[in-house]
Amino acid sequence: METNPINCPAEILEDEQIIEPVAFEFGLNRRVFVQMIGAGVLITASAKPALAQRSGRGSGGARPRNVSARIHIGKDGIVKVMTGKVEVGQGSRAELTQGAAEELRVLPSQIQLVMSDTGLVPDDGNTAGSRSTPATLPAIRQAAAAARSLLVAFAAQQWGVEQDTVQVRDGRVTHAATQRTLAYADLAQSDELAKLFNQPAPAEAPITPLQDWKVLGTSVPRPNGRDLVTGTHRFSSDIKRPDLLRGKILRAPSFGAKLVSIDLAPARAMKEVVVVQDGQFVGVAAPSTARAEEALDAIAKTAKWESAPHPSSQEVFAYLRDGVQGGLPKNPFADELSSANKVLRQTYHAAYVQHAPMETRSAVAEWRDGHLTVWTGTQNPFGYLGELTRTFRLPPERVRVIVPDTGGGFGGKHTGEAAVEAARLAQAANRPVSLKWTREEEFTWACFRPAALIEAEAALDVKGAIASWHFVNVNSGQSAINTPYRAGKARSESASPRAPLRHGSYRALASTANNFARECFMDELAAAAGADPLEFRLAHLENGRLRDVLEAAAKRFNWRERIKQKRPDMGVGLACGTEKGSYVAACAEIAFDRTQNKINVRHVCEVFECGAIINPDNLRAQVEGCIIMGLGPALREVSRFEGGKILNASFRGYQVPRFSDLPELDIHLLNRPDLPSVGGGETPIIAIAPAIGNAFFAATGIRLRSLPMVPPAAKA
Amino acid sequence: MPTITELRVNGNKVPLNTDAERSLLEVLREDLDLTGTKYGCGAGDCSACTVLVDGTPTRSCITSVGSVASKEITTIEALAKNGTLHPVQEAFLKENAFQCGYCIPGMIMGLVGLLDKKPVPTDAEILSRMDRHLCRCCGYPSIVKAIRRAAAQARS
Repeated sequence: METNPINCPAEILEDEQIIEPVAFEFGLNRRVFVQMIGAGVLITASAKPALAQRSGRGSGGARPRNVSARIHIGKDGIVKVMTGKVEVGQGSRAELTQGAAEELRVLPSQIQLVMSDTGLVPDDGNTAGSRSTPATLPAIRQAAAAARSLLVAFAAQQWGVEQDTVQVRDGRVTHAATQRTLAYADLAQSDELAKLFNQPAPAEAPITPLQDWKVLGTSVPRPNGRDLVTGTHRFSSDIKRPDLLRGKILRAPSFGAKLVSIDLAPARAMKEVVVVQDGQFVGVAAPSTARAEEALDAIAKTAKWESAPHPSSQEVFAYLRDGVQGGLPKNPFADELSSANKVLRQTYHAAYVQHAPMETRSAVAEWRDGHLTVWTGTQNPFGYLGELTRTFRLPPERVRVIVPDTGGGFGGKHTGEAAVEAARLAQAANRPVSLKWTREEEFTWACFRPAALIEAEAALDVKGAIASWHFVNVNSGQSAINTPYRAGKARSESASPRAPLRHGSYRALASTANNFARECFMDELAAAAGADPLEFRLAHLENGRLRDVLEAAAKRFNWRERIKQKRPDMGVGLACGTEKGSYVAACAEIAFDRTQNKINVRHVCEVFECGAIINPDNLRAQVEGCIIMGLGPALREVSRFEGGKILNASFRGYQVPRFSDLPELDIHLLNRPDLPSVGGGETPIIAIAPAIGNAFFAATGIRLRSLPMVPPAAKA
Repeated sequence: MPTITELRVNGNKVPLNTDAERSLLEVLREDLDLTGTKYGCGAGDCSACTVLVDGTPTRSCITSVGSVASKEITTIEALAKNGTLHPVQEAFLKENAFQCGYCIPGMIMGLVGLLDKKPVPTDAEILSRMDRHLCRCCGYPSIVKAIRRAAAQARS
């Protein structure tokens, strides 16, 4: 894989998250480095053990072994539960609170969940890959169960009774036979208990079995909902510090452009303005954003840049194809195609899109006595900590990253550039600095969901069954790349060419593209086999869970009747898929408005299954959000670029879904209490685009194979 | 450069001394620490920054502070009275009509402005108001429920 020309190579973790940090090369680094070598101590060597303990990559360090690392019971009876996970709107604050409340036998309102403050909480890894439910929730439940068993043991010991004669309910430990009872608050007065909490947790404290759940499995609302409706919750850009300055960063006029020269004098002449140049980094800080903008404008005018060639979005797919070293992988089953009954080969595209969270990247940075504290919106607090320690060559214990509940992420906030920028300005200003990216910066300099070029080739035998299947994803990755459908022979592979834009994960990652291509291709194969799209899929599906959601969606939607109804410019389509251990199927009805060349999605029926449901209302909200968010890249969203510039870096030019796009929704959550819970904030997005594409074919006979799907007449 | 020396915000006269060209959003957030009003786009496309100016929902990011010098500005901070939520806030809370919640203050101010003027709005009037507001979590279905609940309450 060639190195991305404008950034560091992406770090692709085991679960396929794409984390591509900006490479900051501050002169500071080199100076400090040389100084340290000169003094005979290599800072990197001394920092390594600490970094290894706190990985700083957000991949989740060693699990905390002491109960006190996770659970703190206050003398007021309030239970603090610590987690490195972040709330970005997916609802983990409620869900993780539920887990702790369940195991500690208290009301959710008695739990204070302390999230993502690296100074206080254990490293639970990046908030990504739908991992909070299957990994962090069990970790919290286990710790809470251990805390409960310590409380029981402690009380039993004090009373001189057997532990199994002691009950725990509503935050009280009770011995019924002797009518003795102690509240957690009473027990927390004891230093003995504090000592117990500071020892390694007792192994295998039993967690509550599902049939006894009282809090898990119910729709506990967001604990801090009131702060959201009153506007009192402080997002990172709302953080106020004494003597706070506002920062602005000089951005290159185009991707890959290098700063040749700049005259900082005009800004330096301005009162109360701090100007920093450090290599390619140029920024200003001033008492107000307006003042900072004024200062930046004054010096930006003097900047000379050397531009770099950059492909346009019009030619991006050819660019990606040409960029695959050695060419695209050949179909290993090519020899057998000539003997097949039918062979189909198609190419699919998915455009570069932006996550465009409502809260743009922001950070407040403050240095005090050589310690750096950063408040920022991120999915990856310990990863940011690592970026800051590496960039500023600080030992991890001198950096603290605090992540207030954040205004949306969608896989796009894994890297810490805003925090690094704010920290560099704050260092120079010797005052705290708040930096908030503009919407234009967010649309341009944030990471993009990778564009995808996908080639699919399959052969059908005389019975209409898939004899061979070959599927190649260029550029966007491997999530959900393997087909769940039975095929005589199958190979799926991916290629990573040099990429023109900075990549990041997305809601459900590459599976948005892979599942789109596969589910559209399955429809084409069904048509080639003369089969109904539903029956064709079922005939090739062995996975019971995927069959279940598909059949349930078809039934609720009345698919078998509706597919027969022929109405002009109206059609129905379906699609299904699996990713991150959960299963989804969607049926959609669309109407094609020829006068406006617009696809109107009228009705979506989606069935989703992710094991035992933890919080029904929250899960429903996630499924709704996924479907509607998915309408954007399906129908309209595309980052257009040319000459290294994003041409539509605004909500006017880049049209995301609004209220008026809302289809009639019929959502069914298939609960499987017999199965472990997995996350539900991502996979529900992967079925909507192919269902719409297939419905458009049913309505018009035209296949749309490129995301966003723009009917042909409008393409001119 | 023209300056502005006073604003009327949430029923108070607030002394100021700043450039009249600055956006109302920036002055509310940076000078007055009223951070409930959010920056979303800076171009009037998303309505996250909606406040009431003499009762009318207004995008504070594209409104200069000088242009509202003599007007009454209401922000999300002033809606709840003595700890009691405004009915529209209550409706959003009851329906859990938030995911990340960043767009919610703007949504609430937009709806409050509409219902104050039109206690019984038509669906078309509601859509025309709310379609200016973006929610990237796409939590629109729950927000629609909150809007219906708030509108029903405004009628009664």
